[in-house]
This record gives sequence, structure tokens and C-alpha cells, in this order.
Amino acid sequence: MKKIEAIIRISQFEEVCEALHEVGIDFFTYWDVTGVGNEKSGAIYRATVYETRLIPRRVITFVCRDQFVEAALDAICISARTGELGDGKIFISPIDDSVRIRTGEKGPESLYIKD
Amino acid sequence: MDLIQLTTGLNTFWVLITGALVFFMQAGFALVEAGFTRSKNTTNILFKNLMDFCIGTIGFWILGYGIMFGAGNGWFGEIELFSEVDHGTILGIPNMAFLFFQTVFAATAATIVSGAMAERTKFTSYLIFSAVISLIIYPISGHWTWGGGWLAQMGFHDFAGSTVVHSVGGWLALVGAAVLGPRLGKYKNGKINAIPGHSMTLGALGVFILWIGWFGFNPGSTLSLSNPELVANIFVTTNAAAAAGGIATLLVTWFRYGKPGLGMTLNGVLAGLVAITAGCDTVTPGGAVVIGLMAGVLVVFAVEFFDRIVKIDDPVGAVSVHCINGVFGTIMVGFFAKGNGISGLFYGGGTSLLVTQIIGVLAVAAWAVGCGLILFFALKKTIGLRVTKKEEENGLDYYEHGERAYN
Repeated sequence: MKKIEAIIRISQFEEVCEALHEVGIDFFTYWDVTGVGNEKSGAIYRATVYETRLIPRRVITFVCRDQFVEAALDAICISARTGELGDGKIFISPIDDSVRIRTGEKGPESLYIKD
Repeated sequence: MDLIQLTTGLNTFWVLITGALVFFMQAGFALVEAGFTRSKNTTNILFKNLMDFCIGTIGFWILGYGIMFGAGNGWFGEIELFSEVDHGTILGIPNMAFLFFQTVFAATAATIVSGAMAERTKFTSYLIFSAVISLIIYPISGHWTWGGGWLAQMGFHDFAGSTVVHSVGGWLALVGAAVLGPRLGKYKNGKINAIPGHSMTLGALGVFILWIGWFGFNPGSTLSLSNPELVANIFVTTNAAAAAGGIATLLVTWFRYGKPGLGMTLNGVLAGLVAITAGCDTVTPGGAVVIGLMAGVLVVFAVEFFDRIVKIDDPVGAVSVHCINGVFGTIMVGFFAKGNGISGLFYGGGTSLLVTQIIGVLAVAAWAVGCGLILFFALKKTIGLRVTKKEEENGLDYYEHGERAYN
């Protein structure tokens, strides 16, 4: 099992959700963040024109079985890419174990609903 | 000071103070529209509401006032630049007082459109069509009715502007929203998606502000305090219709959706207010309650109609509140009119008033829709009406203004 954490543009979020759905990833958590990076954005507040390195982004995270990692990465990359500086990053980390709270199931079984 | 001076002084005070209350409705519109749309577009919608009043004020002063109230003929007033021809003294108040009062009404019509076209309209295009509304579209239909034109001569009765103000704004909002197209993500793969507003707090505050502003909008249209009973009646009918509208929508949403909905009920209150505006001077309190109840029911079905069936995306329900209920309220005068010199069908007046009301509604509708189609298509073909996909997805605040509303 691997944890996939992707920091993406908020404008690409809908596309990324759809792309993940298409490769079978339907469960994830997301939250809005402010990041600092290479991208600078211009802003005006009253009479002051300034540049800020604080940029809004969205983090999507989910844990999936090993066989899904490749497809998920491709899906995210293709759907979140705009080609401009600031498209984001994806981090993959190993997961020791996972538990479904409702039933107590452990391991890969807890990551999906068996038909 | 003699009695004439005292009367003039009192009436001038009345017109100006109610005019200031109607001005405050601009804040109401701004907050309702901000509350019912997403936070990434808040700066933009506030800006549009701010500018349509600024542009409306200047535009109406330069040209609109003369077109609306100049003698002219039954269809068009006069080009009287800078409102220098006096149209107030004949009503017992200074020209400037009447100008101010009519300015805030014109601005109300212009600001209705921004709600239906929110979250995707180009700022420059908005400024342009706002100007055209205040300079030309509103004053011409206003001349037919309040300027002594052909509808007034027929006996058309729209006391405070269900048709003149609200339906004009509403029809333009409808055409604008239709020509503009829905927001991205609203209709996808045959599904209708809800795009929730970001603050019920702002929305509710906005509606309360509009409500108090309406206590200037309706009673102020008497333009005098010489008939205190009439003025008091108008306060009561106005308030009753608003309350009834809220109650009706509460019940309809409760039964129809399983839970009562605040967003829709807020629209219900506004629907009642718009509907009573035409006949607030002539219906009884009971009549006002009935009109308000019907308006509160009508607005729910109107929202469903535009959202689900015709698929015209109206983020704040402006069309359902102002267009549909503006028309409805005007026609209801033909049934419920009892006092202040006219009689509707229910009070022995026969059908003549009703027929006149319907003619007026249709004529103004044709005018507003016609002008709207020309105006919005012209803008669409020239400078463009809509922002780009990237701008719409990331939020207008950043791209159009470089200034976010929430930091």
C-alpha cells in the first residue's frame, strides 16, 4: 500500500477528480493550502502593487494498493498539468498498515469495498 | 414660513429621506449577490454593484432623467442634458429632490442584472451595459409609465415600480444570463450541479437591508405626506407581502424538499416585496398577504423552471424574484386594487384595469427583451461578454482586479 499526496492547482481539481475516478480511485481527502514556491503572483491592495510568493493550492491525499500507484500517478500528472510554472508535486510514501474503523478489517482489504 | 413652504419642506424631506433608504438597497443587493456566490468572485461582484450605482447616477443625471420625464411624446421624453429642466415643482418638490429620488430607482433596475450574470461576466462589458441601461433602456420604458407616456395615459398602474424597475431589470437579467451561458460546471453530463454561495450571513443581511430599503421604495413613491393614511397603508402592505412571501416559501420548501431552506426563503421575502410594489398603494392588507403568499410560492417554481428546465443559470435567483414577480405583481393590481382611486376585478372594477396591466407588462417585456438581445449580442460579438475559462476557474478577483476579497 502506498500513500499518494499531490499538491495541485485548484483550477485543475475537477479534472483530477475525474481522472482518478477513471482509474478506480474514488476515496480521497483534500484540503486547501497556501504555499511558497517559485511562482510569484502580482496583487494590488489599495494603492500598493506588490508581488507575493504566497500561492493558493490544493492537497489531495489517498492511500491505495500497489497495483494502482502507476495509473494514479499518470492520471494526476495528465489532468493537473497546465505546462506553466507552479503545476505542483506528487509524493509517494509507503504505508505500514491500514484499518477500516467500521469493521476492523486490516491490510489492503480495508482500502476498497468488495463487490 | 407659511403653510405652502411648510408643506413643500415636509414633502421634500420625505422624498429625500426615502430616496436615501432606497439608496441603501444598493448595499442590500451587493450583500445578497456576494453571499450567494463563491468567495473567489466576491471582490468582482462587490465592484460591479458599486460601479453600477456610480455609473447610473451620472448617466441618469446626464441623459436618463430628461428622456424619462421630459414632455416629448407618448414614447420618448426629451434630450434635456444635465437634468436642467424642472420636473419637480409640478409635483410640489424641488427638481433636485425629484432627480435624486428617480436616480436611486434607476440604479435599482441596473443592479438587478449583475446577480443573474455573476461569476462569469467580463467587468468592462458589465460597465458598458450598466451605462446603457441607465441612460436609455430604463428611461424610455419609464417614460411610458411614470413620465406621462402612452401606458400612463391608458391607466396603467405601477405605483412604485414592479414593472418599471423590477421587471425591466429582471428581463434584462434573463436575456443577459441566457446569452452569457451558464457557469462552468453548472450543467455537466446531463447533471445539474449546485454551486453554493459562500455566506448565508451576507445573504441574510442583504435581504434585511433590502427589506428596510423597501420602506423607502414603496411609501416614498407618494412623493408627499399630504395623505398620511395612504403612506401608513403602504408601509403595512409592503411589510405584509414580504412576511407572507417568506412564510409561503418556508412552507413550500419544507414540503417540496423535506427541509426548509434559508436561501430560497430569503428569495421568497424579496419576491413578496417585488410583487407588492405595483399595487402597494391600492390593495388592502389582506390583499397584500395573499399577493405575498402567491409570490412566495411562485418564486420557488420559477427558480426550478429556470434552473432545471430552461437551464439558464441564475446564481442568485434575480430573474425569478424580479422578472417573474414583477410581472405577477403588476397583473395582480388588476384583481386586488381597491383604494386610491382605482378598482380591480375583485372590487367591482371589471376587467379594464386588468387588461391594461397585462398590456403594460407585455409592452415593457418586449422593450426590455428586445433591447437586451441587441445589447448583449452586440457586446458578445465585439469585446466579449464572458471571461476566459482560466479566469472563471481561478476566480475573477485575482484576474480582473488583482485583489482578493478574503486574505
